[in-house]
Amino acid sequence: MSARSELRIMRGREWSRPVRPARREVLSAIPELEEGRPPLLFVPGFGHGAWAFAEHWLGHAASRGFPAYAVSLRGHGGSEPAPEATLRAYAHDVAQVAASLPRQAVLVGHGAGALVVAHAMARYPARGAVLVAPVFGGWGVLGAALRRNPGGTLPAVFGGPLRLNRGQLFSRELPDEEARRYVGRLGRAGRRAQWALLGEPEAEPAVGAPAVLVLGSPDDRVVPASTLTRVARRYGSAPLLFPGMGHDLMLDARWAEPIDAILDWLEKEPAAR
Amino acid sequence: MSTSTDHGRPDPEATSSAVSGDGRPVSDRGDTVCVIGAGASGLTAIKNLREHGFGVDCYERETGIGGAWNWRHDRSPVYASTHLISSKPFTQFPDFPMPDSWPDYPHHSQLLSYFERYADHFDLRSHIWFGTEVIRVEPAEGERWDVTTRSTGGYGPERTSRYAAVVIANGHNWSPKLPRYEGLEQFRGEIMHASSYKDPAQLRGKRVLVVGAGNTGCDIAVEAAQQASRCWHSTRRGYWYAPKYVLGRPADQVNDSLLALRVPLRVRQWLYHWTMRLTVGDLTRFGLPKPDHRVYETHPIANSQLVYYVGHGGIGPVPDIARFHPYAVELADGREIDPEVVIFATGYLPRFEFLDASVFGDSAGAGRPTLWLNAFTPGHPTLAVAGLVQPDSGLFTLSHWQMVLFARLLRARRDRPERAAAFAQRVRDRAGERYSGQVKESSRHWFEVGHADYLRAVERALVDLEAK
Repeated sequence: MSARSELRIMRGREWSRPVRPARREVLSAIPELEEGRPPLLFVPGFGHGAWAFAEHWLGHAASRGFPAYAVSLRGHGGSEPAPEATLRAYAHDVAQVAASLPRQAVLVGHGAGALVVAHAMARYPARGAVLVAPVFGGWGVLGAALRRNPGGTLPAVFGGPLRLNRGQLFSRELPDEEARRYVGRLGRAGRRAQWALLGEPEAEPAVGAPAVLVLGSPDDRVVPASTLTRVARRYGSAPLLFPGMGHDLMLDARWAEPIDAILDWLEKEPAAR
Repeated sequence: MSTSTDHGRPDPEATSSAVSGDGRPVSDRGDTVCVIGAGASGLTAIKNLREHGFGVDCYERETGIGGAWNWRHDRSPVYASTHLISSKPFTQFPDFPMPDSWPDYPHHSQLLSYFERYADHFDLRSHIWFGTEVIRVEPAEGERWDVTTRSTGGYGPERTSRYAAVVIANGHNWSPKLPRYEGLEQFRGEIMHASSYKDPAQLRGKRVLVVGAGNTGCDIAVEAAQQASRCWHSTRRGYWYAPKYVLGRPADQVNDSLLALRVPLRVRQWLYHWTMRLTVGDLTRFGLPKPDHRVYETHPIANSQLVYYVGHGGIGPVPDIARFHPYAVELADGREIDPEVVIFATGYLPRFEFLDASVFGDSAGAGRPTLWLNAFTPGHPTLAVAGLVQPDSGLFTLSHWQMVLFARLLRARRDRPERAAAFAQRVRDRAGERYSGQVKESSRHWFEVGHADYLRAVERALVDLEAK
């Protein structure tokens, strides 16, 4: 699972087959006073839409002075349906939205959205990047998912939908009713994008050398703690941990702690300011 | 990523300690890099140098960004209907995509708004001194440069600042090239260069002769076919008029799917000729001369409409001009035609009026420097030219990677001098290299490059520079 080190300039295959445009849903929360802080672009993981961030994090980031945006990847949330979407199409969506923001953005990816961000960083010079409970694929993640939730995971291997359950996504602290509501809103990613996760798709090196923060929970039932460490090491740091939380840190009961940690990091990280 | 020299106006009173060769005070700008011009290539120079941690002072003679693509600028060659020749994926900067909602071939006004957004997104304007032109660039001790500027139009005092490096991004489509013809002075009709052609209303109801079969010449001929009472199109040789779409997709995208498969040039030429026969057909049937070269040997012409209007009689193809008479033009085949307006779409020549020609090894002063990768000068490791390439594709991707390479070279000069020295040696050894197949010799084609060959060469240079 090593980032591909060499730079690729000639991208004939990519240029000759541009990603087909798709209508995208972008939700936002803008602070009332422009404070010169960089915009944040939140990228939800597979199955989630921009709503997952609109629930708590967008408003909270805006209240601390950061213009906050969340995109629904094609086929998710309010974006155009795209059953044949690929990982490349998702990364294209992120780069498109990031480039449309008024200023250079910080990309925040959650779950498999972190992998999408890692790929988008090779096509857009992010000011910084935050990978929240990153799912970078590979057999380890599949094994963990099969153990926890065989019924919801197995169909995905054969191109069916991936169904995550309450136990994988949330801690016990989150009221049942809320958890059920969130799980009910989950959609699914394109099967080609799901299959891509099996192959541990390598991202090209990020352009513009952005600072990267990795955070997650040691009690995450989707991303093992060892994966967190591995991803963080790839970007030359150690993960920031929030024990007792589930995979969906932005929806879980103590959602404020991780977002405050992210914003604190952005305030003191010179490269991301 | 910021340095102390970021925002200050170069101020001779406060910082002058050095003195130039002829005794003028020089303000020392430390490690700051000077960028000349805030067009497409200048903007990507600022952005990439900033990204690599360098301070930048950019001088722009106009009051806005966009260079040639800003139609308000007096040096801008664009006309009302200018559209891109290359499709979006080949045109955009590789790290700043054009919006999905734009067409395959955007209009020049969209391109300008793209540059405006690029400048705002990466906060480039605070590094640009608008309304300031560079009048002299001279080498100073320690491989640094003295850059002398003044307000555009010659007002105000001259200021000289000393920079660690200079990027020349003054564009190559602003100094018109006018051919000489016998009797041109006696001609009583109107004569203009394509650079002063702005709007088809200039042609309405007139008899128009368009000279030159570049992309501009073909565009103007097509507009004349719709507006003028009569249109002749004079070309020196036969060309390949490629349609903008083949097989239902932008033609350059189809071409690059072959390039990605590394199909050899001869096979691609054969496929291209075959596709052209199927789509455009036999041009000699319309009275156009047969191309005397294979495709990819001259700058490609992408124009789906030219042949259409020739077929409808709107454009009359004629050979080269022999001489001008007061009220007529004599053609090479002896015919005489009587245009009221003659438009020379005969191209532009690069010019570096602020730089001594010897720096570039261009002793003839013909605006034809000897460079490696069309960007690096032997013996001057801190000087780079951005965008002096004429690719068979979009230019901005190429300028972007040139400037990434230059920024990393400057960084290597500081951190790994032995690498930078090896790079300088390569520049000396390989200056003048070409990055295309065989190309027809002409003052327009000496900096013609194939985008695939060129980008692969830049990629190799980057890998060599950064190798362990």
